[in-house]
Amino acid sequence: MSVANEIQELLKEKPKNFIYMDHAATTQMAPEVKEAMDAYFIENFGNPGGFYELGRMAKEAMDAARTSVAENLGCTANEIIFTGSGTESDNMAIFGIARRHEKKGKHIITSAIEHHAVEYPCRQLEKEGFEVTRLPVDRNGQVSVDDLKEALRDDTILVSVMTANNEIGTLQPIEEIGKVLKDHQAFFHTDACQAAGAVDINVDKLGVDLMTLNGSKIYGPKGIGLLYLRKGVRIKPLIFGGGQERGLRGGTENVPYIIGFAKALELACEKQKSETKRLIELRDYMTNELLQSIPKSMLNGHPTERLPNSVNITVLDIEGEAFTLFLNELGIYASTGSACTSLSLDPSHVILATGLPYECAHGSMRFTLGRLTKKDDVDYVLKVVPKIVQILRKISPLNLDEQVVKDEGKGELKYI
Amino acid sequence: MSLPVMGNSQSDVAGPKGSAWMYTDQVKEHFFNPRNLLENTHDMDVSEFNGYGQVGSPACGDMMKLWIKVEEDRIVDCKWQTFGCASAIASTSMMSVMVSENEGMLTSEAMELTPTDIMERLGGLPNRKIHCSVLGDKALMKAINDFYRQTKQFDRMKVESSKVIDPETNVTDMDIQEAVLEGATDLDSLQRKLKVAIGNPDIIPEVEKLLHFYVSKYYGDE
Repeated sequence: MSVANEIQELLKEKPKNFIYMDHAATTQMAPEVKEAMDAYFIENFGNPGGFYELGRMAKEAMDAARTSVAENLGCTANEIIFTGSGTESDNMAIFGIARRHEKKGKHIITSAIEHHAVEYPCRQLEKEGFEVTRLPVDRNGQVSVDDLKEALRDDTILVSVMTANNEIGTLQPIEEIGKVLKDHQAFFHTDACQAAGAVDINVDKLGVDLMTLNGSKIYGPKGIGLLYLRKGVRIKPLIFGGGQERGLRGGTENVPYIIGFAKALELACEKQKSETKRLIELRDYMTNELLQSIPKSMLNGHPTERLPNSVNITVLDIEGEAFTLFLNELGIYASTGSACTSLSLDPSHVILATGLPYECAHGSMRFTLGRLTKKDDVDYVLKVVPKIVQILRKISPLNLDEQVVKDEGKGELKYI
Repeated sequence: MSLPVMGNSQSDVAGPKGSAWMYTDQVKEHFFNPRNLLENTHDMDVSEFNGYGQVGSPACGDMMKLWIKVEEDRIVDCKWQTFGCASAIASTSMMSVMVSENEGMLTSEAMELTPTDIMERLGGLPNRKIHCSVLGDKALMKAINDFYRQTKQFDRMKVESSKVIDPETNVTDMDIQEAVLEGATDLDSLQRKLKVAIGNPDIIPEVEKLLHFYVSKYYGDE
């Protein structure tokens, strides 16, 4: 059968519904969240700064939401600053600490696999005279606490390491880092956007001074985030205005979104135990089956210390964008670390940081499961993915040496 | 088609009805129905082809191999294999059709084929994907040159020569062209990619001139 015919045969498999496997990108809002928000668009639209009843009602609802969030984080309500996104919170944490504390030092430590929302503010600070150390990660995507100890200096003012990576799902040793930093002047920030609902995000347990969360990753609304700011930690604001959020973030509070965000976080924490157990089973089933049914494929991310919903694999000899479009045509939404889908046309810096050569980054595929993912969905993906690989390999002139897979990405990459 | 919704909510969150495809129908058609693909390389005798070209690299994320069969100076058959994104695959497929249709293009005509010609037949490509059609075009030029070389028609060969712009980093005009096609359309991103003129600011005007030339060539004056 010709390749063109093989493709036509495969495309007949298209199911009635789409299968969404990109929960690390964003999540569908939970109906309970929407319900909680509904009353605050038209009926209770008041400005929480208003002294009349309508304003007080909005303020009360917002305060309740803030308290609920604080309970889930194990902190007090006035340590929560609501922002417009996870990116804004990251920017606020990094610029805020750097600009407020630069007299104590201009050195920042972060990791090589941070989200752009952390990496790009750091690059900007480098242009402004700060020095940034990026901790390397191992093949599993983890930083080493020893490397951190070595990188710490008297003039280090901030350490920012994400709780869980958005591309490969690897969890970082946040608690251990927190312990190391207890006796150091440097403030500790973590971006926990991906981790909420999957791991315990109690700020004292983690030992963090600042923490970023957002709504869009936890079945809440997009366009809302928060920064946890430990009592006594001072930052310089990014947005000046009407004194909202303790004067640290001006602008009328987004009451419905704050309420939705709080509801989403509450649900995520409530479901954490049962969902984690269910998803780890699905994740491991899917990972093992994929690696077994696809020759020359390997897992990206830590085999066990990674998010319960994260399946990222590299498939040699094919390119991820073409792969993604095949999946799309078959009703599956997933993403890739290939250069072809990034705006910069650079392949994933995360995959590269784990030591894989460029050739392997182009062929990385990320499937992230979620609350709605059922075993049937996984089985359908398992059925069509090996066929897509087979077709794309017939179109591709590449034949990379399998040794790179056996060596877990280490060693020299050979072309056959 | 729609996404299932959590719980019993009646809200419609289906969004696009499955029609949101970032490429044109022609690109999609060639991607899912590739023409002239060289299949079963192992069993296939490529000796019936008399020109071969290969461009790109797996590290860069796209690579293609192209075989042409020339009879009486016409390309009567053109086969290919491509590692790369949908637009790279569709571009090679479309190009193979263009050079071999209607009894085949004269090699001299095929030499004049431009990335724009391929893109037009594909109904256009997104800006960031233009380099995919350039790559196909370069593979074709290599294959025709190979044919000329094999048949000792050396005077008909067309060589793209490059000129070193920054002696310190050995960056050539071709490197700048490549970088522009990969999306470096301003000096800042060009310098991040190539480190060109960082230790040698005197040549920035020349670099900028080339930058503007290639940007307007491939992306139009924006």
